Amino acid sequence: MKNITGEEITYAVSNAFKRANVDIPASIEEKICNNIMIESGDTPKAILKQIADNYELARKDRLPLCQDCGMAIVFAEVGQEVYIKGDFENAVQEGIRKAYTEYYLRKSVVKDPIFDRSNTEDNTPGIIYTRLIPGDQLKITVAAKGFGSENCSNVRMFLPADTIDDIKEYIVETVKQAGPNTCPPVIVGVGIGGTMDKAAVMAKQATIRDISIRNSDIRYEKLENEILQMINRTGIGPGGFGGRTTALAVNIEQYATHIASVPVAVNLCCHVSRHAAVIL
Amino acid sequence: MKKQIILPISDEQIKGLNAGDIVSISGVIYTARDAAHKRMDVTLETGGELPFDVRNQGIYYLGPTPARPGRIIGSAGPTSSYRMDKYTPMLLDRGLKVMIGKGRRGQNVIESMKKNCAVYFAATGGAAALLSNSIKNCEVIAYGDLGTEAIRRLTLDHMDAIVAIDCYGVDQYEKGQDEYLSSL
Repeated sequence: MKNITGEEITYAVSNAFKRANVDIPASIEEKICNNIMIESGDTPKAILKQIADNYELARKDRLPLCQDCGMAIVFAEVGQEVYIKGDFENAVQEGIRKAYTEYYLRKSVVKDPIFDRSNTEDNTPGIIYTRLIPGDQLKITVAAKGFGSENCSNVRMFLPADTIDDIKEYIVETVKQAGPNTCPPVIVGVGIGGTMDKAAVMAKQATIRDISIRNSDIRYEKLENEILQMINRTGIGPGGFGGRTTALAVNIEQYATHIASVPVAVNLCCHVSRHAAVIL
Repeated sequence: MKKQIILPISDEQIKGLNAGDIVSISGVIYTARDAAHKRMDVTLETGGELPFDVRNQGIYYLGPTPARPGRIIGSAGPTSSYRMDKYTPMLLDRGLKVMIGKGRRGQNVIESMKKNCAVYFAATGGAAALLSNSIKNCEVIAYGDLGTEAIRRLTLDHMDAIVAIDCYGVDQYEKGQDEYLSSL
């Protein structure tokens, strides 16, 4: 049995959001820098260079990478042998509040989607997904999800009679429809299987998987690579002004599903994929 | 070679800009995004006056992060412009000349830009810390209760952008992608 207090959770969540908003994951920065060389046109090169300079400046001056500091999403994997002293969800929300109010991050959450679009002023509530796992650790992964790309995301329920090519085409078409609006180059998170909601959550998790890690199932790894190549042949390019670099990665997460369906969710994320993890 | 733009700009200068031109923008511009546009729309519908005179002016679709002590503004990059499309033609009809944002515009906006001789620039989405260094002055002038969505008057100093749609209706998002694909 391990004891973890609400204060420790609040501090960990707050610190993770602070880091996520200023420090770009190394694998993304490396890919952007490499692709400056791969692009041939002046405009795509200049845009990738600006993106790389922004990563460096944000890290050095501890400035938010993007003015949209996102809606706060927290994935918590709670060990069964952990005893949490205090209210877990309150502690997480307090961590979000602390990060966004103390570190000069933008508050982008409104109270109600339809009837009261006034700002909550502290970026809460965030969205919390909790899973119980064996062990005595608490792993918290946070994501600051921007909505330029969130608005371009999509879910479709395919049928068992549909082909793998239909699914590939749908994913590529979702990226094409979004075009410049998602701030390409993008990371394409895909959830396949489960139910409509399960597919959507997997797609979100896929957007925060490190882009250097491929699916452990070789069939899905092949699918990831094929879809990435298709997307990078669309010509959308950096900023949407034409070029090779439209997506940095296609990350797929899959799960068993019903005999009647093939749910597919596509969650797009801009090149400023902000996430961080901490283990207590 | 970057074209130097100093706001406000004349119709003559707007006519000299073509989709795909790389520009460096200086001068005064106003920020407004979703909530401010909606409020301006309601104001006009109910016979009120806009909080600033849009004639010959520009709007930057931006909601910055709060400024840290000692800084003029927080991180400040463009938001997706298409969400403002519903309101844009009425502003263009009232003399708005320049827009800075990112992403596609609707056909209604493009037609209105042609009719009113206006230009749409795109700045790089997600380069907000870098872009904030080109802002030399920032002052909330209206709708302060909207926080990040308030209307601010900014002074830009050499902010990099691209002519995304020119006053002839040429769309660099389409043109750039077509040119890239045909170069393969």
